[in-house]
Amino acid sequence: MSKLPKPDELLGDVKLHDMPSKHWMDIKPEFQPGRYLYAVDPQVMEDLGLPHLGKWQPHNEKWPLPPDWKEKVREAIKKRLERNRAFKLFMDICVRCGACADKCHYFLGSGDPKNMPVLRAELIRSIIKGEFSTFGKLLGRLAGARQLTEDVIKEWFLYFYQCTECRRCSVFCPYGIDTAEVTIMMREILHELGIALDWAMKPVRFSHFVGNHIGLQPHTIKENIEFLLSDIEQITGLQIEVPINKKGAEILFVTPSADFFADPGIYTFMGYVLLFHHIGLDYTISTYASEGGNFGFFNSLELAKKLHAKVYEEAKRLKVKWILGGECGHMWRVWHQYHNTWFGPVDYLEVPKSPLTGTVFENAKENKIVHICEFTADLIAHGKLKIDPSRNDHLVVTFHDSCNTSRAMGIFEEPRFIIKNVCNNFVEMPENTIREKTFCCGSGSGLNADEFMEMRMRGGFPRANAVEYVHKKYGVNTLACICAIDRAVLPTLMKYWVPGVEVSGVHELVGNALIMEGEKERETDLRYRPLKGKEGEV
Amino acid sequence: MNVIFSLILTILLILIPIIGVGVLQLYGFFGIFLPYLAFLIFFFGLIYRVFDWARSPQPFKIPTTCGQQKSLPWIKHSRLESPFTMKEVLLRMFFEVFLFRSLFRNLRADLIGRRLVYGSAKWLWVGAILFHLSFLIIMMRHLRFFVHPVPNFVDLIAKIDGFFQLGIPPIYHTDLFILLGLTLLLLRRLIDAKVNYLSHASDYFPLFLILGIVITGILMRTIFKVDIQSVKELAYGLVTFNPSVPTHKIGILFYIHLFLVSVLAAYFPFSKLVHMVGVFFSPTRNLPNNNRAERYVNPWDYPVKYTTYRQWQERFRDVMEEAGIPIDEEWGKEAQELKQA
Repeated sequence: MSKLPKPDELLGDVKLHDMPSKHWMDIKPEFQPGRYLYAVDPQVMEDLGLPHLGKWQPHNEKWPLPPDWKEKVREAIKKRLERNRAFKLFMDICVRCGACADKCHYFLGSGDPKNMPVLRAELIRSIIKGEFSTFGKLLGRLAGARQLTEDVIKEWFLYFYQCTECRRCSVFCPYGIDTAEVTIMMREILHELGIALDWAMKPVRFSHFVGNHIGLQPHTIKENIEFLLSDIEQITGLQIEVPINKKGAEILFVTPSADFFADPGIYTFMGYVLLFHHIGLDYTISTYASEGGNFGFFNSLELAKKLHAKVYEEAKRLKVKWILGGECGHMWRVWHQYHNTWFGPVDYLEVPKSPLTGTVFENAKENKIVHICEFTADLIAHGKLKIDPSRNDHLVVTFHDSCNTSRAMGIFEEPRFIIKNVCNNFVEMPENTIREKTFCCGSGSGLNADEFMEMRMRGGFPRANAVEYVHKKYGVNTLACICAIDRAVLPTLMKYWVPGVEVSGVHELVGNALIMEGEKERETDLRYRPLKGKEGEV
Repeated sequence: MNVIFSLILTILLILIPIIGVGVLQLYGFFGIFLPYLAFLIFFFGLIYRVFDWARSPQPFKIPTTCGQQKSLPWIKHSRLESPFTMKEVLLRMFFEVFLFRSLFRNLRADLIGRRLVYGSAKWLWVGAILFHLSFLIIMMRHLRFFVHPVPNFVDLIAKIDGFFQLGIPPIYHTDLFILLGLTLLLLRRLIDAKVNYLSHASDYFPLFLILGIVITGILMRTIFKVDIQSVKELAYGLVTFNPSVPTHKIGILFYIHLFLVSVLAAYFPFSKLVHMVGVFFSPTRNLPNNNRAERYVNPWDYPVKYTTYRQWQERFRDVMEEAGIPIDEEWGKEAQELKQA
C-alpha cells in the first residue's frame, strides 16, 4: 500500500478550472497506488460460477483478456442497449452542457477530467459511436468516437470503479442522465469479461453462502448480540433479549450485518434493541437473512437479486406480517427501487401497520417494507416514546444525508425529525451539501478498500469539508447518518480531514435518549462516554 | 481544432447554395427537392429514434428523487421533486421540459486553499432558456408562411414579439434573444475550461449552423430584403404538396437560409439534438417515486439461483443446534422456496 499524503498536501494538484493540454482520448490510464482497487481472487469467481481472468492485477502491463474479448464486449454492450432504455437513452441524448462537470465528489477531490460525469459516460459513449455507428466510424474524434482497445478496458476499470453510483450528477442534469445507471451497466460488462474487484466480490460470496457480507455464522451473530446486550445491561441495568429466528413474530427486522459487529454500527444496533424493548415490539431478527446490505448491487443486478431473495423467503418462513429495515444507504436503494420488481407481488405479507400507533404505511403497501426512520418518526409523532434529549447534550450533531436514501428514495424529513426530538443540539451543514445535493462519503458502492485510500480521501473531501465548516463554526462533534457504509468509512474520513468528529447512527442517539422503564440512572451514553454533568462520576 | 472545423464546415455549407442557386440557378433543387428530402429524413429519422428507444424496455422504476418522499401523512412531500402520482410526474416533466428546472439548480464549485465554495451559476440556464424558448416562438411565427389564413395566435405572437417597435421594420425581441442565447452558449463552450475540454466538433457545429440560420433570417427581414410574397408562394406550395418555383426571384439569402434549415432538419435525428424528444423518455424523471406502493414489472426479469433456507440450515445445522438457535424441519421439505417473477 502507498503512503497517504498529509491532508494539507493531498489537494495540491487539484485544479478545478485547468484542464490538461492533451485530448482526453490521448491520456492513457495509469494505475497509481492508492487510486485503484485490486482484482478479484479467481477462487471467489469459481465458487460463484462466474468468469474470471485467473491471477492478475490491474497494474500488470498486459491484461490476460480472453482471445475473443472484443466480440464479448460488443455483445455485452448491445445486449444492454436493447434491454435497458435508461442506458440507451443516456448514451444518445447527452449534449455535453457540462452542468454535471463539477458535481462529482471524485472530480472535486482529484481534478481529473475523466471524473467529470459527462466524460465518465463518454468513455463508453465514444466506443458505442466508434463501434456501432457509421457516422462515428467515419468522423472519428470529431464526433467523439473512438475504437475499442485494451487501454479502453483499463480506463473503464479505473473510472467505473471511481464512481460510487451516488446520483448527484443526475440531480443537476437537464435530462436526468444518471451516471449510476451507466456505471452499473459498465461494471456488468467488465464482469462478463471476468474483471471484478476483490473487495466487492468476497462479500458477495460470504453473503451468498453464509448469509452476510463478513461471513458471520449463526452462532457468532448470536454471541455478538449477547455481547452487545451485556453492554446494554451495564449501561442501563436492564436485561433485554433479542428474538432470533422466532416464528410467528409480527415483524422481521433486517439491518446491515455491520450493525452486529462493527464499531460504530453496534451502537446503532443497541439503539434499535432499546427502542424495540421500550415499545414492546413483537419482532425477530434472522441469522439466515442476516444481511440488509447488498454487495451484489456493486457488481451486477443479477447478483443483487441473488443476495436479497433470502429476505423474502425468511419473511415467508417465519410467517411475519411485514418487514422493518434498519439504517442503510444502498440497501434502501435496492429495497425501495428494485425489490418490488424482483420479488413482487409480496402477497404473503400484510400491509405494514404500526402495532403501537395504528398508522398504516400506505407508501409501502405493496412491498411491505418500512424504513426504521419512518417507523420511529411515527412513534415520536404519536408521543409513544419517553425521551430525554438532554442525554445527548454532550453532542453537537449534524446530519449527513446518504446518497441512496436521498436521491433514490427521498427520505429527508424523517431522520431530521427524529434527531431534533432526541437531541438538543442539531445544526445543518451548508445547504448545497445536504439533502438532494448531499455528497457521497467517497467510499460507497464497494470502493471502501484500504488500497483505495487516497481516492477515498479525495472523494470524501467535499463531505468532510462541509463537516469541517460546522465543526469549526458550531463545535459539531457528531456526524449522524443512516447508512452502514457511512458508519464504516466516515470515521476514517473524519480522522483524516476533521479530527474530533465522531460518526453515529440516528438510532444510537435514540437509544441514548430513551427513558426505559426500570432502568438505572444512566451515567454514560451507549459508548461509555460520560453524559453532560456526569463527567466526574465515571 | 473542433471549433475551427465546425466553423469551416458551416461556411462550406453556406457556399453550397451560393453556388447552386446563385451561379447554377438550381431553384427547384434547393427550393423544392432538398427541403422535401430534409423533411423526410427529419420525420422518419425521428420516428425511428422514438421507436428505437421505445423498443428497449425500462427494467426498473428509478426516479431521481430531489425532494421529500411521500410517507407519513404529517410530513409534507415534495410533489414536484418526488412525484408520487402520474399527475405529479407530469408536473415535474412540464417544469423540466419547458423551464429546465434541473439546470436551474446549477452550482459552481471553487477550491480555495482547502475550502470548497459553491456559488450560483445560472448562466447556462439563462443561455439555454433564451435560446430554446426564442427558437420555439420563432418557429411559431413562421407558421404565417405555411398556413392560410394566418391563425390569430400567430399574429398575436408576432405582435407581442415586436411590441417595443425597435427599428423599421420592428425587430422581433426573440431574434435578439436567440442571438444572445446562442452567443452565451458558444462563449461558455469556448471560455469555460471544463466545457471546452469535453466538447466535440459535433457540439460546436449545431451552434454555428443555427447561428447561420438566425443571422440570414434577420438579414432577410431587415437589410437585404427578399420578396416576401414569393417566399409565401414557395412555402405554401411545399406544405400543400403543390410546389412550384416562384416566378419572381427571391434572393440568394433566402436560399442560404432554407438550405441551412434543411441541413439542420436532416442532421437532427442523428445527433445529440434528439435530446429534445429524448428528454420525455428519461426514466429518472418520468417515473413516480411510489416504488413500495405500486409494483413495477420488468418484462425480461428472470429467476436467479440463491441459497435457500433449507440449504443454509443444512450447512449450519450443527452450530445452530449448539447455540440453541431453533431448527426448522418443516420448511423446504417440498419446493417451498420463494417464487420469483
